[in-house]
Order: sequence, then structure tokens, then C-alpha cells
Amino acid sequence: MNQDIFVVAEHLKGSVEDVTYELLGKGRELAGSTGGKLVAVLMGSGAEGLAGSLGAADKVIYVDHPALENFNPEAYAAALADVVKANNPGLVLVPNTSMGMDLAASLSVRNDLPLVAYAIDVAIDGGNVVATSQLYGGKVNAESVLEGDTVVVSVLAGSFPADAGKKDGAPEVEKAAAPAELDNLKVRFKQLIEPEGGDVDITAQEILVSVGRGIQSDENLPMVEELAEALGGAVSASRPIIDNKWLPKTRQVGKSGLKVKPKLYLCLGISGAPEHIEGMKDAELIIAINTDESAPIFEHAHYGSTEDLFDIVPALTEKLKG
Amino acid sequence: MNIIVPIKMVPDLVDELEINEDGTDLDRDFLSYKLNEFDDHALEEALQLKEEGDATVTVIAFDGEETDKALFTAIAKGADNAVKITGDFEEGTASHVLAKALAEAIKDMDYDLILTGVQAADDRDGQVGVLLANYLGVPHVSVVSGVTLSGNTATVHKEYAGGMMAEFEVDLPAVLGIQAARETPRYAPVSRVRQIMRQAELEEVEVGDVDVNVGSEVRRMFTPEAGEGAEMIEGDAEEVADKILEILKEKGVR
Repeated sequence: MNQDIFVVAEHLKGSVEDVTYELLGKGRELAGSTGGKLVAVLMGSGAEGLAGSLGAADKVIYVDHPALENFNPEAYAAALADVVKANNPGLVLVPNTSMGMDLAASLSVRNDLPLVAYAIDVAIDGGNVVATSQLYGGKVNAESVLEGDTVVVSVLAGSFPADAGKKDGAPEVEKAAAPAELDNLKVRFKQLIEPEGGDVDITAQEILVSVGRGIQSDENLPMVEELAEALGGAVSASRPIIDNKWLPKTRQVGKSGLKVKPKLYLCLGISGAPEHIEGMKDAELIIAINTDESAPIFEHAHYGSTEDLFDIVPALTEKLKG
Repeated sequence: MNIIVPIKMVPDLVDELEINEDGTDLDRDFLSYKLNEFDDHALEEALQLKEEGDATVTVIAFDGEETDKALFTAIAKGADNAVKITGDFEEGTASHVLAKALAEAIKDMDYDLILTGVQAADDRDGQVGVLLANYLGVPHVSVVSGVTLSGNTATVHKEYAGGMMAEFEVDLPAVLGIQAARETPRYAPVSRVRQIMRQAELEEVEVGDVDVNVGSEVRRMFTPEAGEGAEMIEGDAEEVADKILEILKEKGVR
């Protein structure tokens, strides 16, 4: 493999996203073992100033074009492909986020490069990149060896500490030309849509009782609300509950929902898919109740029980009301 | 408007997953398979689009465990055509290979929109939808939870973290990776599926070996180590409730 480590910088509404710092921190460590440079790839319009918050990198390659002002799957993929082709890094780290999912697989096909997704760890071993992916809803990990001079790994947010890559500074900025494709795009950004305000701000709650698929029916929600009330908290939920429209989107914890950090996160019937874990793993106390003893949620919880939630919830509510 | 929905079977995650003797893949001998839930959302969104306008929906899947049943179920739900891809594509085949084979099967079809599930539980080497779009040379947006069609364009909502969304206008044909359909995916009664199995036919398309560089190989597959996981509370519901109360008091939450 080649030596340089590239990190695709993700930014939204004028600030660099934390996942970028997570990748820069890891990238610094990897560049140490390859003896290469750590380079951040920044794409935007008039966004050169963001390079100042990418001080962990040795260099920032910046592509400027009006079509890059906001993330655009086609425009960003085209610009990134050109940058990678011109520089031949050894490894391109892309966040496995909503934006990154459109980029990593595009880069793999456009430049004919190997790709491994859902990585929670990346290492260099015997001159090759080795990536550990979290698969099957977090139940199985796979360690893959990537072969090639340049390879691509997309990394799940929250896999590495952000602090190691969060450094202001004035890295060298190299400007790269935007590809001609950007003047004639088939995908056009229209607008950002802010989340609707909700009845309850779950990010401000100290106690959350969170429900997942195991709740089975919306008819079982009042029982959970009663418990949340007895605890002095609110009810949040995992994705399937929101998709079923049993609770509003504002109650969703996870990757495309909200990140919460309550004092108590009591999860009922939540299996603990990686997308959910991303939103709640920093809670101070996590208690999980799930009848599936192999549910990944138990890897992240402090305490767990495989007893039926429909027995525990009323028992606990009664004791709280005592 | 022709909509194609590629669907895939994945191991049922409710089952205990075991690793094979080599330690490089799941032990697939006794696995049960089910439709990837995101693909079910893609199908539902396609059926919603069909119902609000003039569209035909074609589902396409690789031959394998449960494929026939999933395809007939899709017809029972309202899809117009079902295509089965035959060839050497056993369970666990790399996303790059599946995407390239899908592109081979689809490229000569008349299509305006391809809806895939945003991801699958086993797409280690990338999401099939975005790979497929790139092999076909058409635009893509993934993590989509809202699609509106107007003439030759689609207006889509792409989900970001924290409930934020971005709206894009996409020229068709295009591939969209569906995160969630506008409605909960519909259910097809078993009796209806059985009836369809007797009446409908699956079209078969054979795809030969595809030339694609996956460039990565699994050297070790393993279940994440337990150990630093949860302390399990023993006892019946009453005892568990008592213990939870105790923990809450101890931690000062109560």
C-alpha cells in the first residue's frame, strides 16, 4: 500500500462534524505506522476557513466549487474521486454516515478500489490495511484484509475518540481543481430541513425509558409512559417505533435521530443495533431488558435482565409509586 | 414510470449466529433467512409511488434461500413483475459482485427508478444500492425517507443525524437507498401468497461470472467479546424490579 492516509472531512452548516476528528485521530496513528502524511480532503464553497479546525492533519486538500457548498452525493463523489486519483494515498477513511455512504461506495467503483464498510477499527498489518467491521446488527464482527496500493474504509461514527483529532492550527492548504462534471449535475441540492420541534426534548431529559420492537404494539405504550412518569423521565424509542408512527420522530434515539446522554437510560425490548447504540452509548447508567440473551444491547448496558418487560414494567412502576 | 426494486435475503438476526470452522464466515448450514427489512421499506415506497401515479413495479432477487417466497410475496403485495437472477451467487456473496451482477441484469431493462434498501446486515464491502448506481452510471442518493415524483425528476429527502434532512432534486433514472417508506411496509396474508404461487410465474435471468475487483477478504469473523458487557440481574420480575430500584438509589438516580 501507499503511505499517505486521507480523511474525508464532513461538515454541515459551517462546522466540521465530530466524526471527522475521530477519523483524523485514528488517521494520525495509522500515518505514524506507514510513515506517510495525514491529509484531510475538504470540499466546499468558500469553506477554506474550515481548514483551520483541521489542524491535526499535515495538509488539507481543498476543492472549491459552488456545487460543493452543501453536501451533494454526485458532486462530492466526483470531486473526491479526482483528488484520490491525483494523489494515490494508501488509505482513504470515509465516515460511514449518511453523507459518507454515498461517497465510499462511489469512490470504490469510480476509481476501482477495494472498500470495506461499517469499520469500528482500522490497523496496518504486514503492509496491508486491516479493517474490523460490525455486521449482522452488531452480533458479529469481521476482520478484513484489503489489498491494493489505495484502499477505502468507511468507519462508523463513535468508533474512535474525537479528542485525538481535534486540533486547531494552520495546516498547509493545497487547492485542487473541481472536475468539469460539477457544472452539469444530475443531483441538485435544494434545501436543508430542520427537525420539527417536539413536545419533549429528549436530549434534555435526565431519565429516559426507551422502547424498541419488543414493545410489540402501541397499545403497550401507556404502560411505559406510566413508568417514565413514575421515574420522572420521558419515553424515547428506537427507529422501528418511529417508522411505525407509534411515537413522533422527535423521540428517536440513534444515528438518524438524536444523541442522548441521560443519567439513566432504561431500554425495553431494544436489540441494540449499531445505529441505535451510536445515539445512547454515553448515557451514565444503562439498564437493558430484553428476552434475547444474545441481543447486542447487553454489550453496552451496565445492567441487564432477560425477564419479560411486560412483567418488569408494571412491577417496577408499582414499587416506584410504593 | 418503471420502478425496479432489488431485494435480498439476509440471515434472521433473531437467531443465534454461529461462526463456521474456518472462522471466516457464518455457519450457514442451519441459518434461517428473511427479507432485508430495508428492502421491505424500498418495496413499500415503490408500491406507494405506484398507487399515487402510473407506475409498474418489478422486484428482482438472486436465486437462493427463500427467494421464491419473497418474490411471490412481493407480487401478493402489489408488485407487477418478479425476476429471479440465476447464476453463481450463493449467500454471503460480496456486495460488489452482487451490485455488478444486478447492473448486468438491469442495464437493458426499461427503468426510471431503482429503489434499494439503504443497507443490509451483511454488506461488509459496501451498500449495494450506491455500488449499483455507479456500475450503471446513474445518480444516487442514499438514506432516503421521502420520495416525490414529478416528470423526469424525483425530489427526495435524505436523513442526516439529529433529525436534520436535506432535500435533493434528482434526474431520472436514478437509484435511491431507502431508509424508511412513508408507511409501515404492508403485510401479505399467507393465503394470498399461496394463491399467487399457484398463478404467477417468476421470470428468470441468468447472469454469468462478473468481472469485479472486491479487493478484500475476511480473515477472521467473530462474535464481539462479552465480558465487559452488562451485569445480568437474576431472578423473576419482582426480584429484578427490586434490584433495579436498588441500583437507581445507589447511583443517585432515585
